Amino acid sequence: MFAFIVSRLLQAIPVMLVVALISFAMFAYVGDPVAIMLGQDFTEAQRAKLVQDLGLDQPFFVQFLKFVANAAQGEFGLSYRLSRPVAELIAERAPATLELAFCAAGLALVVGVPMGVYTGLYRNSWLSRLFLTFSLIGVSLPTFLIGILLILVFSVWLGWLPSFGRGEVVQLGWWSTGFLTWSGIKALILPSITLGLFQLTLIMRLVRAEMLEVLRTDYIKFARARGLGNRAVHFGHALKNTLVPVITIAGLQLGAIIAFAIVTETVFQWPGMGLLFIQSVGVADIPVMAAYLMLIAAVFVTINLVVDLLYYAVDPRLRVDRGVARGH
Amino acid sequence: MAATNAIGRMLDSDLWWSFKRSPVTVLSAIVALVCIGGAVLAPLIAPHDPFDLASLQLMDAFKPPAWSAEGDLTYLLGTDDQGRDMLSAIMYGARVSLLVGIFATLFATMLGVAVGLLAGYTGGLVDNVLMRVADIQLTFPSILVALLVDGVVRAALPREVHDQIALFVVIFAIGISEWPKFARTVRGSTLVERNKEYVLAARVIGISRARIMVTHVLPNVLGPVLVVATLNLGLAILAEATLSFLGVGVPPTQPSLGTLIRIGNDFLMSGEWWIAIFPGLALVAMVLSVNLLGDWLRDALNPKLR
Repeated sequence: MFAFIVSRLLQAIPVMLVVALISFAMFAYVGDPVAIMLGQDFTEAQRAKLVQDLGLDQPFFVQFLKFVANAAQGEFGLSYRLSRPVAELIAERAPATLELAFCAAGLALVVGVPMGVYTGLYRNSWLSRLFLTFSLIGVSLPTFLIGILLILVFSVWLGWLPSFGRGEVVQLGWWSTGFLTWSGIKALILPSITLGLFQLTLIMRLVRAEMLEVLRTDYIKFARARGLGNRAVHFGHALKNTLVPVITIAGLQLGAIIAFAIVTETVFQWPGMGLLFIQSVGVADIPVMAAYLMLIAAVFVTINLVVDLLYYAVDPRLRVDRGVARGH
Repeated sequence: MAATNAIGRMLDSDLWWSFKRSPVTVLSAIVALVCIGGAVLAPLIAPHDPFDLASLQLMDAFKPPAWSAEGDLTYLLGTDDQGRDMLSAIMYGARVSLLVGIFATLFATMLGVAVGLLAGYTGGLVDNVLMRVADIQLTFPSILVALLVDGVVRAALPREVHDQIALFVVIFAIGISEWPKFARTVRGSTLVERNKEYVLAARVIGISRARIMVTHVLPNVLGPVLVVATLNLGLAILAEATLSFLGVGVPPTQPSLGTLIRIGNDFLMSGEWWIAIFPGLALVAMVLSVNLLGDWLRDALNPKLR
């Protein structure tokens, strides 16, 4: 177990270093931060001082090490666009993105797993066919189009739900939450559906396929032969064994949710990190872009690590001698 | 004579038989043909030229589709904020979407096939390094990679330069985000092929390694690549639409379907729904039909399912 964690950590380090190198290269070679920060009028002395203050006169490798050390402490400098510390900007936007991602993932699991179980058990019923057709639509529609359609129907035509923003938020320390006000919850509904729909259909199809597979196996037949009821067989035996791949995919999809949050946040003008990133790309705000890049890489590396560990915890076959586990 | 023979052979083939048997496939082939035909022939058959500033009538802005009360028959699907005919704009937009999709897929295919072939045939350290890179990239969603590559290139180039080559930047960004799939597919089949007797024979008679890879192994590993490429085309078109919707894709002077949806999104709240919805429908029709064709091709070429 310990060796496994260490080897996964060792794999994560080069990934982070490469991403750091890309981020740093952007800093070092894209645009001229000195010119951007000085504006129109400056003297040569001011310029030289700024170059020295920013450490731009030092060798590449020293600058890179400094960058990594700063990045590890969450220090990315000032945003060119907003002239505020990047770490502060991101911390301010993070709750919005995380609450949205949490709701979308929750929706996908809470609705997707039961739908998958149902379509797996009663695969010829009309409701199953309806679910499957619906899932095909969910897979084929691009995220932003789903958002636009939802806005059109529920905001423009019916006028039930807001089409942009987070509604009223409550500050809990540095965390701003939309869960505590009615308008905040209403504002969460459409973005969560938009973001979660693809994952929902994916989980549904996955659970369905796994259920179909598992229900054919011998131990299900034996469980029935032992006289267990449908409930115990379906949920105690079958569903439990479909969960290994579901956990893997759902975990990995958490990363995809954060990636697609960029799109959803743009559609709904949701004040999260994704919107911040897109706005920064538009004006080449390198510090924000670099910080976001590093953050996303860190999130992905962590998610992959956690999923691997979960896998290990859920599937007992992996815990026995690995050579044996690989043998079959 | 040769042509009729080829057609006759095609009508006789398993592929054609399985094509005819599936109504969904025939329907999606028709939809795909309509989309591609409309896009390719846009300058010839589009009712208006959306880029001809002289013909734009601001008086005609925000006309709803022809079947609604205030609609105008000259503008079948209505007009946008500048009085451009939506149908023509969609046809020209589909052209850009298709162009980027096809070239991005071609780029990803060439890069992926080259890497996969090299890794699979050479083996050892080269294989390890290349495939590790592919694995790492596969853990990130491809749209995120495309977005980041596009963002970095956009930031790196001066604005004037970028505007000129924006189309190539998008193609590059999407292509680079999708090569690992091809590399994995090709590497898998190369590992199988490299131990076959014809490769051994080629080596015995002293043909160089590069030549064996390109002229002997390559043709035998291309089958699965075709399927992956078809399925990838839909993804690439969607990726382009997403980037353009976010405002970091193709330049506004060459609007794609994604750009049109982005423009339409601004007018959604004031009730002009057709500006965003019709390009969206066109996009979905195109992507869905290409995907269904890809699914069919995958199943038809898979001997296990016959």
